[in-house]
Amino acid sequence: MSNNYIDIIRSGINTTFQDKGRDHLYHIGIPFSGAMDNRNYLIANKLVDNNLDAAVIEFAYQGPLVKYSGEKINIAITGDVIFSIKKKDTEIDGQCYQSYQIENGDEINIISTNKSVYGYLALGGQLDLKFQWNSCSINTKANIGSNNGKKLDEGQRINLKKINSNKNIKKTNYINTKIENIRVIKGTNFDYFSEEGKKIFYEKEFKVSKLSDRMGMRLEGPKIDNIVNTNIKSEGLIKGVIQVPADGNPIIMLSDHGTIGGYPKIGVVASVDYDRLVQMSPGSKIKFKEINLSDAETLFKLYEMETQNLLSQI
Amino acid sequence: MIKNISNLGDAAVYCDFGNEVNKTINSKVIKYFKTIKKNYIEGINNLTPSYNKLIISYDLKKTNFKEVKNFVENINPEDSIDINSKKLEIPVCCHENFSMDIKRLEEILKLSREKILEKFLNKDYFCYMTGFIAGMPFLGDLDENMRAQRLETPRVKVPKGSVAITEQFANIYTFESPGGWNILGNTPLDVFDSSKEDKPNVINPGDTVIFKEITLDQYKNFNE
Repeated sequence: MSNNYIDIIRSGINTTFQDKGRDHLYHIGIPFSGAMDNRNYLIANKLVDNNLDAAVIEFAYQGPLVKYSGEKINIAITGDVIFSIKKKDTEIDGQCYQSYQIENGDEINIISTNKSVYGYLALGGQLDLKFQWNSCSINTKANIGSNNGKKLDEGQRINLKKINSNKNIKKTNYINTKIENIRVIKGTNFDYFSEEGKKIFYEKEFKVSKLSDRMGMRLEGPKIDNIVNTNIKSEGLIKGVIQVPADGNPIIMLSDHGTIGGYPKIGVVASVDYDRLVQMSPGSKIKFKEINLSDAETLFKLYEMETQNLLSQI
Repeated sequence: MIKNISNLGDAAVYCDFGNEVNKTINSKVIKYFKTIKKNYIEGINNLTPSYNKLIISYDLKKTNFKEVKNFVENINPEDSIDINSKKLEIPVCCHENFSMDIKRLEEILKLSREKILEKFLNKDYFCYMTGFIAGMPFLGDLDENMRAQRLETPRVKVPKGSVAITEQFANIYTFESPGGWNILGNTPLDVFDSSKEDKPNVINPGDTVIFKEITLDQYKNFNE
């Protein structure tokens, strides 16, 4: 029995444990999973002095209400999140990107993400979770990972195996930048689409649909006309692939995606824009901008350097 | 052997082995897959073999398209061992409790239930690939006169264990999932078991599968 634990009083809409995800399993049908917004996941861990690959609680839209019991620990929340911390006598409005010390009986109430989708709660210590294929990331589709592969539920208790000794309060001034233009690299079936369809893809605005989750993001907008075949022989997918099925509405593959698909691939989201893409909530406008491979590689390198800089300053 | 190598986005190499779906091309894909799986360069983090493509994903923090492409171009899969396949019997119960689409298939294929099952059972199927959902095998090929399109409106929930067909392929739903294939029966065998981390899949690419019919009683007693 552990003396340090949290109780889930309200679970939120889609609350899971996530870490860096699992690899080398596409060939048997298991995707990466892992934290959707990798940068915010890393910052959350750094703020509480965790290893950067530690498990955190990921939530979408409405987050959980948790009650902490045990010795003092630090917590931090990242993303664009509205939350409060209820202590014995006071309730304070929380700020993202800074750590807080909490003690026995304190409650963290994650009310919602603000014009974004995912947020992260890191606890300064090690959660007692089951690992599957070197990751505790929950894949609710295949019921893989910790918590029997299921979303967190109200009434659950999660133990901490150990807590960090460093209790210094840390802070960073990170601001989530929002973007409307998502940069994409031409897909392997780009030529399946009519000239008009290709023009629509790069010039028109699409809207993120409500039917979006950790598996994929569906878009609504002008139809993209296919002139070759609305199906291809099923083949591998990776995250960021934009498929266009027969109805002409693009679907972007996200971290829990099916590993094989049979719809033509019009484009692939450049890695540099993935973290910001997943944060686009239903109703957001999205426009695609073509870039070439070498620009995509350079931009990702810069983005990665920026992430490392941010982390080193915490 | 690879007809064309290109990039799929900025974090994957797309190896195209052709457009046809047959055992010869798929065996080449599997050979490359198995060779790379044994020995790959730092940064490669996933391989997805399919009918006639192989996608090699990599971590853009550690390597890039040029390096991985160069690595793939210098592989000699002929040096590797054969695809090392198994022959497996999968029990399937085709009782009306399970064969949800048999009536639809009777109409489309213009064959009786008995004829459909006779043509489907006790026949060798080759596993081309696994995936879409964890462990789902894509098996082929069905006879020409057994080929039906997917349901017009896919089911929201296909029961776990469902054995289903579409076009020239058969598959097994390894867990409850949405899906549009024509369901013929159900297997009580756990074709995917995530608790067995080193071997979660019963059926792997290159294996041969034969469906053997069992009765409803045998089905019910299978896991006892």
